[in-house]
Amino acid sequence: MEFWGYRRPDGSVGVRNHVAIIPSVYCANHVVGQIAAQVAGTVAILHQVGCSQVGADFELSAITLGNIGRNSNIAAVLVVGLGCEKFRALELADRIAKSGKPVEVIGIQEIGGTPRAIERGVCIAQRLAQEVSKQQRDKVDASALIVGLKCGGTDATSGIAANPAVGVATDKLIACGGTAIFCELTELFGTEELLARRACDERVAEQVRTAITDMERNVSILTRDEAYASRRELLAAGNIEGGVSTIVEKALGGVCKAGTNQIQGVLDYAAIPPGKGLYLMKTKGHDAESVTGLIAGGAQIVLFTTGRGSPAGSAISPVIKITGNPRTFQHMAANMDINAGTIVEGKESLESVGARIFDEVIAVASGKKTKAELLGHTELFSVPRVGAYGMVV
Amino acid sequence: MHKEGKALVLVLNSRDNVATALQDLSRGTVLRVGGNMGRTVTVSEKIPFGHKIALCDIAAGSPILKYGEVIGYASQEIQAGSLVHVHNVKCTRGHQQVASDDGRKES
Repeated sequence: MEFWGYRRPDGSVGVRNHVAIIPSVYCANHVVGQIAAQVAGTVAILHQVGCSQVGADFELSAITLGNIGRNSNIAAVLVVGLGCEKFRALELADRIAKSGKPVEVIGIQEIGGTPRAIERGVCIAQRLAQEVSKQQRDKVDASALIVGLKCGGTDATSGIAANPAVGVATDKLIACGGTAIFCELTELFGTEELLARRACDERVAEQVRTAITDMERNVSILTRDEAYASRRELLAAGNIEGGVSTIVEKALGGVCKAGTNQIQGVLDYAAIPPGKGLYLMKTKGHDAESVTGLIAGGAQIVLFTTGRGSPAGSAISPVIKITGNPRTFQHMAANMDINAGTIVEGKESLESVGARIFDEVIAVASGKKTKAELLGHTELFSVPRVGAYGMVV
Repeated sequence: MHKEGKALVLVLNSRDNVATALQDLSRGTVLRVGGNMGRTVTVSEKIPFGHKIALCDIAAGSPILKYGEVIGYASQEIQAGSLVHVHNVKCTRGHQQVASDDGRKES
């Protein structure tokens, strides 16, 4: 199975050809946004980190932003720093430059303020965007694909239609030699044993159990105080209105999207998988943080199931929206790519929808735009913080 | 997975004691479930699309089974044919007892 992709110097293959403008610190966000607004072919990667960080929290931001810049969908990068920040623009640039792609750096304080920084940035971005636009797509094996798996806005159809159908597509991708990463530890309470049984060895099995139970412990610590008794519910209102009764029911439905393959390893947040196959990444259930982690891990495409109807997208990697709720597909047709609701209506088999999802992955990889891309949705970018005792908060 | 009763509900695993409604179910609807659809369950109250219906009587404290796994426990007695949801299901995952910093156990 092949697709048309952009070969990168480090051997990875992109499905998009962006020039990314990335601030090393959030104080540069406005300048970054203004540069990206003036140059076609660029995307602004705005965030809230880079200032006043230490230890594990600082390290996680540095790794995440560095790996984001390394994602194969990004052909070239302009880093915009302020000058005084903890996370130096040069460090971010060095991390990204390891991929072999062109990286340039400017600093707002060095250049002398906003208008001058925007002008310099626009000139650089224009040059980069024209240079990368010369690259053509090549025919590439599907084993180059890393697909991120996510659900958001879960309802009862997620676990009986959309996620199992994605699971079929995940199995097909891995059979082609590709890689899939599922995540969201807060959405896996109750599945730790069945997932541990699918680990490729006992070491990974123990990592799976520990990852899920550690997250459950963190959640329990956050909610144990009586002052937060009204904030203990783990399910969202939409989950409950949609028929999901417990976090375990939600988890058993969610885990279906990982298909049936063995789990090759458990990845730290934003880490790049060391090999092919199925991996679990340690993220929380937060949609933007999870997708950011998946893209930092190299995901060129994200399969995102939604029962209630999430419109969110990513500036970096195309997000394919799949719903198992026929009413949602019809009602929010402008945001939904795949209708898995045909399963619920008894009109189509899981296997057939799974095959359609896999075909869509190949089509999107080769250039087809998703509904979220076409409408300009870029919400799914957020770098998680690390709090006391190493707890990712 | 197999669908029962003219695709009115979905029973995911033969161990399950709940089924998921594939459309809004009204009181009095008779569902045929079980191997060769030999058993019937009568819907005793409105079950909205996507929500769960009890396939048999479930005693208070007994497990609720879906996907062949325990998703929670009945917080009160549940009669066959009635809605199974947050009002009569309890799950304590995510609210575990944790040892505090000085080693004492706290809820």
